[in-house]
Amino acid sequence: MIIEKEDVFKILGGVMDPEVPVLSVLDLGIVREVQLENGRVIVTITPTYSGCPAMDMIRRNIESSLKQHGFPDVQIRSSLSPAWTTDWMSETGKEKLKAFGIAPPNPTQQSCEKDRFHKLEAVQCPHCNSFHTERVSEFGSTACKAIWRCLDCLEPFDYFKCH
Amino acid sequence: MQNPRSSYHTNFLLYLADNSLILGHRNSEWTGHGPILEQDIALSNIALDLIGQARHLYQHAARMMNESENLVADAAMTEDKLAYLRDAWDYKNCLLTEQSNGDWGKTILRQFLFSVWHQLAYEQLRYSKDADLAAIAEKSLKETSYHLRWSSEWVIRLGDGTSESHNRMMLAVMELWKYTGELFAPCAYEEAMQAEGIGYDLSAIHTRWSVCVQEVLTEAKLPLPKSEGRPLLGGKEGIHTEQLGYILAEMQFLQRAYPGCEW
Repeated sequence: MIIEKEDVFKILGGVMDPEVPVLSVLDLGIVREVQLENGRVIVTITPTYSGCPAMDMIRRNIESSLKQHGFPDVQIRSSLSPAWTTDWMSETGKEKLKAFGIAPPNPTQQSCEKDRFHKLEAVQCPHCNSFHTERVSEFGSTACKAIWRCLDCLEPFDYFKCH
Repeated sequence: MQNPRSSYHTNFLLYLADNSLILGHRNSEWTGHGPILEQDIALSNIALDLIGQARHLYQHAARMMNESENLVADAAMTEDKLAYLRDAWDYKNCLLTEQSNGDWGKTILRQFLFSVWHQLAYEQLRYSKDADLAAIAEKSLKETSYHLRWSSEWVIRLGDGTSESHNRMMLAVMELWKYTGELFAPCAYEEAMQAEGIGYDLSAIHTRWSVCVQEVLTEAKLPLPKSEGRPLLGGKEGIHTEQLGYILAEMQFLQRAYPGCEW
């Protein structure tokens, strides 16, 4: 059987982030490289946050998914540099997030201020599209999200923070 | 036997890792006990970041030890052995990180004083000649900037809050200030790593740390302690306060009672 990288990518497109199940690992932008060496598939991924508990599970899910699709020899490598950024998230991924009720990350050059006292970003409510929103907490239910609320429709929502 | 050069290097990595693990563990003690849900979640997230960073550093240190001492199979060093099977005198974390949580104000101030240092240290370590360390620093820096922002905002909120919160922050400053000098008192492995272009320049960090801390404490209406006094030292060399033993007893119990136990 001749393995093509495209086949591997097609399978990776079906491996979902266990904490945000509408995003595949490709949407998330954590797959850095796929290499094929004598029938062995090597997938290099990068963690979103250092302590993200989903990473171990993602690693296992990629491996088992590839094995189920007929690739017995799979190796998952991890690479820290360059550090993951939400700018690597695909545009379709951002649309899927919004449909799921999570505000997608703003582009880093627009809003990712790292100063201690920064201007609050304008985050659009994923429910009513209003920009009249406020941050409740910089930290949310997972490492990658912050808690916001909409001041127009009054719904609370998660914001996938720009990173 | 390790040659001294490589042991400086691994000790330096262990110092960075132990700081993150011990402070992360301390913060995790708040999980389920935070004053309100959002802040419980915030501190638990910070704990998770710190423990994740510690893992990367332990993995790197373990790889170096295995290479330099040819450790294989059961004898090989692992991140878990480093975290769970070393005793207090092997731990190198600075004394600040092991101090008890006290009230919310003391926990916040401890995080703030450490985060300023942490941020500045990682900024420099991004350019370390140790490529793995540089990658860990680049990754971690993104996370510590959240910690610094969050803890700065809280120091100001509490310091410039009610008279109760202000007084508690004053007490926290008095309790913790004596442990800050250790951050800037270079020990042998820090000096050796700076000389090799692997470590950081502590005096440069110290200058910027003082400016940043002064800025936030002033904004928080908290008087800056006149001097650092005579700093309490020892943590970096394995001489700890009585606090560390209690953390290790809890953290290591399972691995010591059931060796090799996994989730």
